[in-house]
Amino acid sequence: MTTAVSGRLSEVAASTDRIDAARADFPALSQEINGHPLVYLDSAASSQQPASVIDRVAEYQRHDHANVHRGVHTLSHRATEAYETARDSITTFINAASRSEIVFTSGTTGAINLVAQSFCRPRLREGDKILITHLEHHSNIVPWQLVCEQTGAELVVCPINAAGEVDVDSLLGLMDGHVKMMAIAHVSNALGTILPLEKAIAAAHQRNIPVLVDGAQAAPHMQVDVQQLGCDFFAFSGHKMFAPTGIGVLYGRESLLDAMPPWQGGGDMILEVRFDGTTYNELPYKFEAGTPNISGAVGLGAAAEYLLALGMDRVQHHERELLEYMTGRLQQIDSIRLIGTAASKASVQSFMLGTIHPHDLGTILDHQGVAIRTGHHCAMPVMDFFGIVGTARASLALYNNREDIDRLADALLAAREVFA
Amino acid sequence: MSVAANNDIDELRDLYRELILDHAKAPRHFGRLDDATHTAEGINPLCGDKLRMYFTIDENSRISDARFEGSGCAISVASASLLTETVIGLDTDRALQFFAAMVDRLSGRPETKRGIEPAVGDDDLGKLLALEGVKEYPSRVKCATLAWHALNSALRQSQQPVSTE
Repeated sequence: MTTAVSGRLSEVAASTDRIDAARADFPALSQEINGHPLVYLDSAASSQQPASVIDRVAEYQRHDHANVHRGVHTLSHRATEAYETARDSITTFINAASRSEIVFTSGTTGAINLVAQSFCRPRLREGDKILITHLEHHSNIVPWQLVCEQTGAELVVCPINAAGEVDVDSLLGLMDGHVKMMAIAHVSNALGTILPLEKAIAAAHQRNIPVLVDGAQAAPHMQVDVQQLGCDFFAFSGHKMFAPTGIGVLYGRESLLDAMPPWQGGGDMILEVRFDGTTYNELPYKFEAGTPNISGAVGLGAAAEYLLALGMDRVQHHERELLEYMTGRLQQIDSIRLIGTAASKASVQSFMLGTIHPHDLGTILDHQGVAIRTGHHCAMPVMDFFGIVGTARASLALYNNREDIDRLADALLAAREVFA
Repeated sequence: MSVAANNDIDELRDLYRELILDHAKAPRHFGRLDDATHTAEGINPLCGDKLRMYFTIDENSRISDARFEGSGCAISVASASLLTETVIGLDTDRALQFFAAMVDRLSGRPETKRGIEPAVGDDDLGKLLALEGVKEYPSRVKCATLAWHALNSALRQSQQPVSTE
C-alpha cells in the first residue's frame, strides 16, 4: 500500500468505526420519497455514494482538473497524481500483484468487451468454444456472442438448477479441449447466487482455459483477492461499489495483458506515432486510449478507500445477517415466491408476490418510499429459465438495516391489500 | 396497519381503481383472433410488457371485432382490455381519434402534432378515464398507452412492432 493510500485510509477510518453508522455517510439516503423516508433496495442496479466519494470528486473538479499524463503544468501534475493514486487504491482493493494490471474502463461491460475483442478474437478459430453459465448478465453474454459471430466459435452455456445454482460438476463436464475461454459471474445480479469460483477456476486452469470473472456484483459485497481467486481477468464497475457511473476496471494478469494487442487506438495509449507505424505505450496505458474518465477514477479510488477502511469482512458479515433477516421476513408473507434460493448467496432477493406483476409492485412500493428493481434485470435467460417475464428484486448494501427490511415487508402487505 | 399506510392505499387506489383491477384480473376479448385483418404488437422493454392486438375491419371500415393476447402489468392489460371494448363497432377514423385522445390525455403530449384532431370529449371517453390515474406516475404512462399505440400501428398497417421506449 502506498503512503498516500494508507494515509487516506486512516482519515476515513475515523468516521466509520462501526458499520451501523455507515448509513449516515450516504447523503442520498436521508431524503423522503413520496412522504416517506427513502428505503433504497436497488443497490445491485446502482449504489449510492458516500460523502467522501462525492467530496473527493468535487474537490478534484474544483481544484485539480487538467488532462493527465501530458502537461508540465501544476494542474496536469495534480490530475495525474489523483488518477494514478486511484489506480493504487484499486490495486490494494483487489490485491493485484501490480498496478500495471489495473486498466480503467467505462465499466464492467467495457472491460468484458475489451477482453473479448483483444484477447479472444485473435485466438479463436472455428470449432473453438467459449463457456459461460445460464446466470450471466447480458454484459457477460453479448460480447461473447459477438466474438463468436466474428470467429465462428461457439458459445456453450452451463445450466442452473431450480435454486439458481451452477453445479460445478456440470461446469467441469463442459470443459473439453475446445474451450478457449470461460467467462463466469462471481455473483448473479438477478438471483444473488455466489458461484463456486475457486473450484471452477482451478479446473479450468488444469485444462489451460483462461478465466474471466464478472465481478460487478462481488466488489461491493465481499473481499476480492484476485491473486487468491487465481482468475486471469476480473471486471467490475464503479457505480455498483459506491462510486460514480462511467468508470470501471479490468484487472488482467500482466503476462496476458502484455501479449494482447490494443483494443482501441488513440492518444495516451502510444509511445510514438509515425505514419509508417506506431509504438504502443506500456501497461496499463496501452488499453486506455483517449482522455480517460479522470474524475470517475478519482471517485472510484475514494470508494475503494472507503470500503477498505470499513473492512470488507465487516461489510460481508453485516449483509449476511441482513440477508438472513430479509429471507425470513419475506417467507412469512403469504403467496410470496422467492426466486433464487441458492445455499451460497449475496444480499439479493428476487421474488414474485401472488399474481401481481413486478412492475405494479414496483410502483406500489415506490409510493411508500421503498425503491426496488423490477423487470428482467438484464438477465433474460434467467427469467426464461424460471418461466417468468421478470421479478421484483430487493438488493442490499452495507448501508441497509433491519428497519429497511421491515418497511419492505409492510409495503408488500399494503400491495396485497391494493390488489385484494 | 398505520394511518400513513392507509393513506397510501387510498392514493394507490386512484391508480389501481376497481375497474382497472377488474379488467386486469379478467381481461375482456383476450385471446387470438384468427380472422383478423389488422394486427400489431406493442412492446414495453422496460418491464417486459408484450401485447398483440388483433382487429377485424369490415368493408365499411368498421371494426367488427377486436382481441388481444400477451402479458403485461395490470395497467397495460386493463388498458388493452378497455380498448377492445371501446373500439368494437367504431369506424377506423373514429378509433384513431380515440387513440389520439387517450395518448393526449394520459401523456399530456398533444396528438394534434401527429395530424390527428382528438375530437373526443370526456363523455366519449367514459370509463377509459379510469386510466387517468397514471398521470401521477410518469413511468407508468407507457404501460397505459401501449395498447393504444399498437392500435394506431395496426390501423395504419405498419408491420413494425411498436415500442413505448
